[in-house]
Amino acid sequence: MTSATAPFTDRELAAIRGEFPVLTRTVRDGKPLVYLDSGATSHKPVAVLDAERAFYEHHNAAVHRGAHQLAEEATDDFEAARETVAAFIGAPPHEVVFTKNATEAINLVAYAFSNAAPTDDPKDERFVLRPGDEILVTEMEHHANLVPWQELARRTGATLRWIPLGANGALDLSSLDDLLTERTKVFALAHVSNVLGTVNPVTELAARAHAVGALVVVDACQSVPHLPVDVASLGADFIAFSGHKMYGPMGVGVLWGRSELLEVMPPFLTGGSMIELVTMERSTWAPPPQKFEAGVPNAAQAVGLAAAVRWIERIGLERIQAHEARLVDALLAGLADRPWVRVVGPERGTPRGGAVAFVVDGVHAHDVGQVLDDAGVAVRVGHHCAWPLHRALGAAATTRASFAVHNTLDDVAALLAALDRVPVLFGLDVEQGPAAVELTHDEPATAGAS
Amino acid sequence: MDLYQELILEHSKRPHHAGLREPFDAEVHHINPTCGDEVTLRVDVTGEGEDAVVTDVSYRTQGCSISVASTSVLADEVIGHPVTEALETFAAMREMLTSRGKVVGDEEVIGDGVALAGVSKYPARVKCALLGWTAFTDALARAGVDISNRASVPATLPTSPQGVQS
Repeated sequence: MTSATAPFTDRELAAIRGEFPVLTRTVRDGKPLVYLDSGATSHKPVAVLDAERAFYEHHNAAVHRGAHQLAEEATDDFEAARETVAAFIGAPPHEVVFTKNATEAINLVAYAFSNAAPTDDPKDERFVLRPGDEILVTEMEHHANLVPWQELARRTGATLRWIPLGANGALDLSSLDDLLTERTKVFALAHVSNVLGTVNPVTELAARAHAVGALVVVDACQSVPHLPVDVASLGADFIAFSGHKMYGPMGVGVLWGRSELLEVMPPFLTGGSMIELVTMERSTWAPPPQKFEAGVPNAAQAVGLAAAVRWIERIGLERIQAHEARLVDALLAGLADRPWVRVVGPERGTPRGGAVAFVVDGVHAHDVGQVLDDAGVAVRVGHHCAWPLHRALGAAATTRASFAVHNTLDDVAALLAALDRVPVLFGLDVEQGPAAVELTHDEPATAGAS
Repeated sequence: MDLYQELILEHSKRPHHAGLREPFDAEVHHINPTCGDEVTLRVDVTGEGEDAVVTDVSYRTQGCSISVASTSVLADEVIGHPVTEALETFAAMREMLTSRGKVVGDEEVIGDGVALAGVSKYPARVKCALLGWTAFTDALARAGVDISNRASVPATLPTSPQGVQS
């Protein structure tokens, strides 16, 4: 019997890799693909591709509509997918809402707040924002968990506040008592940072938020695929995650919400499927989760996501987590040997997610990424949809490697070998560490015809 | 790899005509929102109509080697040249950069810009190379130069102009 965190044997890892068709292809003139961008989107194992295809081949019908057999089967498949995904996060099925992606899931909650119209009666005060109320976020948020709250503040007159980035990639919680107060109506934060890899203390922070009556919304995109998430123990009121970052199809995401909140929360998108009764004057809503799933839902993608969940469970999420932790540690060790590289985020040894972002001082991340790409190593470069975080880090852009279960120590070695071309190509003095290539030029004119 | 020609690396390490200078007719700030690269660019134009001359282009940039080098080449190629000629240079640069490797570029027209020909094979980097150039044409327009017939900025341009008229 294999223990829950036993390392994959070479044979097991080869078998896992064999389930991802894309890993057999080459890029950039015949180089094997080293895919280190699963934080942006993961590749999909055959089981997921087959499940989506099987839905279309055998059942395809609009779910929750029609009396014919295909419609019944499609509805059963869709609801079975909901049960599978719900069980994966320790939730009852009726607390899982299928959305397009995590961004839509967060917008769903943000718009529910502003859709609590002043004329609604009775309305749940927890979803009513007024000038003087506050929305709390953090400086390390992905734009998906920042911009919807900025917009909600703009629409309602509420004030947006944020917890600043502190040392070692962690939140600076020293002013939490000033930031999280009776005025705070909603607190939105990432479980795991998509750039730093930081694992935020969500359970502790959620308890603090609940003590002042705030609702807690967690961006779980970078946690659900990489570490066991149990909504009961996490303590949040809502979590959002995307299917495509967890070996599932694009076009499906999940909002989980406590059922008593979903019951009273106004809908975001309205239309077919989500109604109870419609007259020419007005409508009433179906019970959740249907209340939040307007239109013909993405049933094939939900079925694919359920297949991804079963696939993860077959491999073992704890083994995946342990495997990725070994890869992260190997990469951090390799980068520590290169004084011209600066890792952002928690130092080695701190528990962290599957992403490692770094800066090569003097060389723009775009150029670093291009050199890696030339060696077949696919990474993400830029601000990774976390522009304010990069300002706080003092970095215009970073290079990010992010892991999935199919990655190997050879992938880490390939990344490091390709990275070693950067100082050669860009003329860095690796003995002296950060080199003197200035990216911001402000010197007086040296030429010109003025 | 053929993307990083020595000439590009030289321009990116020591960009020509860098810095923000007076006088100027218009200043713009363009951003590449996908990677956060930024350029603040000023243009100074003397004369009117067909006689208009680009007397100065000054800039401050934060970006990758491709965007810095391309802006440096821009300054080399347009400062002291008639506006009409500068717009032709822009059109030639844009044609090369968006050609997916089919157009190598004419050194007589775009000077050191030919070293950026390899960029056109990397669609994700084309917007880096065009950042300074689109900022330049935007600045010309804000300075009152009619650029409509020669270098109209396509609607799909990836950069976000934040113009500051001075």
